[in-house]
Amino acid sequence: MAEKVLMKGNEAIAEAAIKAGCRYFFGYPITPQNELPEYMSRRLPEVGGVFLQAESEVAASNMVYGAAGAGARVLTSSSSPGISLKMEGISYIAGAELPAVIVNIMRGGPGLGGIQSSQADYFQATKGGGHGDFRLCVLAPSTVQEAVDLTMEAFEIADRYRNPVMVLGDGIIGQMMEPVQFNKEIDPADLPKKEWATDGARGRPRNIINSLALDPQDLENHNLVLKAKYEQMKEQEVRYATYLLDDADRAIVAYGTTARIATSAIEMAREQGIRVGLIRPISLFPFPEKVIAEAANRLDSFLTVEMSLGQMVEDVRLAVNGKKPVFFYGRTAGMVPSPEEILEQIILMGGGGE
Amino acid sequence: MKEEIIMAGFGGQGVMSLGRLLTYAGMKEGDEVSWMPSYGPEMRGGTANCTVIISSKQIPSPLSSQPDAIIVMNLPSLDKFAPCVKRGGAILLNSSLINKEVDRDDVKIIKVPANQIANELGNTKVANMVMLGAYLAHKRIVKLETVKAALQDVFPARRHNLIPINQQALDRGVALLN
Amino acid sequence: MKLLAGYPEALTEKPFHYCPGCLHGIVHRLLAEVMDELEIREDTIGIAPVGCSVLAYQYFNIDMHEASHGRAPAVATGVKRVHPDKVVFTYQGDGDLASIGTAEIVHAANRGEKITTIFINNAIYGMTGGQMAPTTLPEQKTTTSPYGRDLDLAGHPIKMSEMLSVLDGSIFIARVSVHDPKHIREAKKMIKKAFLLQLAGKGFTLVEVLSTCPTNWGISPLAAIDWLKENMLPVYPLGVLKGGEID
Repeated sequence: MAEKVLMKGNEAIAEAAIKAGCRYFFGYPITPQNELPEYMSRRLPEVGGVFLQAESEVAASNMVYGAAGAGARVLTSSSSPGISLKMEGISYIAGAELPAVIVNIMRGGPGLGGIQSSQADYFQATKGGGHGDFRLCVLAPSTVQEAVDLTMEAFEIADRYRNPVMVLGDGIIGQMMEPVQFNKEIDPADLPKKEWATDGARGRPRNIINSLALDPQDLENHNLVLKAKYEQMKEQEVRYATYLLDDADRAIVAYGTTARIATSAIEMAREQGIRVGLIRPISLFPFPEKVIAEAANRLDSFLTVEMSLGQMVEDVRLAVNGKKPVFFYGRTAGMVPSPEEILEQIILMGGGGE
Repeated sequence: MKEEIIMAGFGGQGVMSLGRLLTYAGMKEGDEVSWMPSYGPEMRGGTANCTVIISSKQIPSPLSSQPDAIIVMNLPSLDKFAPCVKRGGAILLNSSLINKEVDRDDVKIIKVPANQIANELGNTKVANMVMLGAYLAHKRIVKLETVKAALQDVFPARRHNLIPINQQALDRGVALLN
Repeated sequence: MKLLAGYPEALTEKPFHYCPGCLHGIVHRLLAEVMDELEIREDTIGIAPVGCSVLAYQYFNIDMHEASHGRAPAVATGVKRVHPDKVVFTYQGDGDLASIGTAEIVHAANRGEKITTIFINNAIYGMTGGQMAPTTLPEQKTTTSPYGRDLDLAGHPIKMSEMLSVLDGSIFIARVSVHDPKHIREAKKMIKKAFLLQLAGKGFTLVEVLSTCPTNWGISPLAAIDWLKENMLPVYPLGVLKGGEID
């Protein structure tokens, strides 16, 4: 096992990308993710990579589109308003079936919003985000170590499906320091060659990176190919964790930092004899609907807690499918729910809720 | 064992590095640790703070609504965080800059003339280490030796000349309570 | 026996979809001939964004990367940074390069990206049906300037090549035209020079090509050639704006 080092989430994600064989980063400054590009600007030249500060988020995402098409493992990172701008490139990357990893360290919105931690981009991340019928694979870490592990996995998933993958962290994940270990290091030279990449048609038929199909039947067929990939992700890429669920009569569903705060609330509730557990989605798309649907057969009620006014709760309700009540508690715009507030809701839900 | 500490002060008083040093020492002793800074406009002057949690078990929330202790370097920080300290917890305040009495009788108040001691040592900047020394004497959450050794790792090489004076400051802080 | 003319290897056999009298076909052919002559067909990646040339990936027999409107220089940047030893060009129209993509072209040029941009200026949006472009001439009628381009309302024809030539990162900027054989030969020379400079790793290169759009100008192909000569040349003078002395 590698030695533990103490790192900020943003920097740890950057190092994890390098360890995953990523040598290209295109970005634009925005709080609260600046440590990530800053780290890349120091580290990438050391490993023969390229860090480029683009003229805008729009340009950055299109540079990613170019580098991904050229066959490289490539990363960009931003925070909420910047991700909105990057959605142009992301839609093209998804349409052209290219692998790329995008990090969103979420802040409060809408508009310019604020710079404190938020989870209000759940819809944008999991329902496509840009124009057209596409999905990102979305991974939501709740610790800095998990941010490292999921970032490394994100590159694998992106390559496996030729699809963009988003690592969705809140401002707290980006800013906090925790011990991390990097247990793996990939040399980009060892990665399999991408036969479809635009690297010059030397001795082979030409490759075309494209998302245009003017014939609607062709385009529908292409969309069905994309859909088949998303269905395959639903079979193979669902990730979640549970805590004290076995003997529970009710459960909180929460992700990212909110899941950790909910864990504190659950420990307080358990001291009062309340049998509450946690379901923590790690992949937000594909959403762990099966585990929630199964839990709905057994548990009395659910409480979704988010740093938003209620986004993931819609997916939880779809999974529970009317079988049991699903309650919601959220703080938003940079306000963070406290364990005490969540405890109050846990007690309320037992009494029949709202 | 689980200890939640908030440290706060003006930008430049070294509360962030104080927190990082303590967190790093906790990690070196094999504990679970987390360090969460305030960020944003507070970085540009005004009050900065960070939350450090050291625990023998996995840390759920990295935030603290009821800290076991606060280390406050200036008056605005005391006013902000004194009300949330856990009953039976501790407030370590920099008495060189804060001469207000704390309006709580359910917590331990530890007054540390941190700037005065730091000035005696010849560098105001080590006031944060005096506070940390006092905190470690109050609660030996990590060993003093671990913290002293951690300075080597946490300080960049160009600052290693400052390690002895930081270690002296830690000792002076410890001595205050012994 | 020496082959004096033939079908360029760097073109596919797909017939162009361009309108009768459109000069895109000539410029495509020039580019293909240059790639063949420099023997770089297998080492070149072309970027075609939105506009009439959006389907250019069907015509160039090379690796092609289709881009969103205006962003070809950003996409080219991504490709070139991954493959610095390859030749990368963008093929952009005036709406694309001079309107929605101004930030991308300015910054790619300013960074000295080692790419070549072929900039087709025909003073109108072609693909979307003849709307006003930033390069549309004063008084010129289009579907969105039905009374003629009003300079008070819509500003002035933008001179991108002049703008880009003052940036430190650009090394070679030329404006050519393809309205007659003499100018076509000159255009090819400039395109070749731009590619050679890219191959030498010198910096950002751009060739602006004045072209026609008979369909959206609403005149015959021959009349369009005359219109270009009479109206466009005075506003967009031909010549090397920067880097003429470099070899």
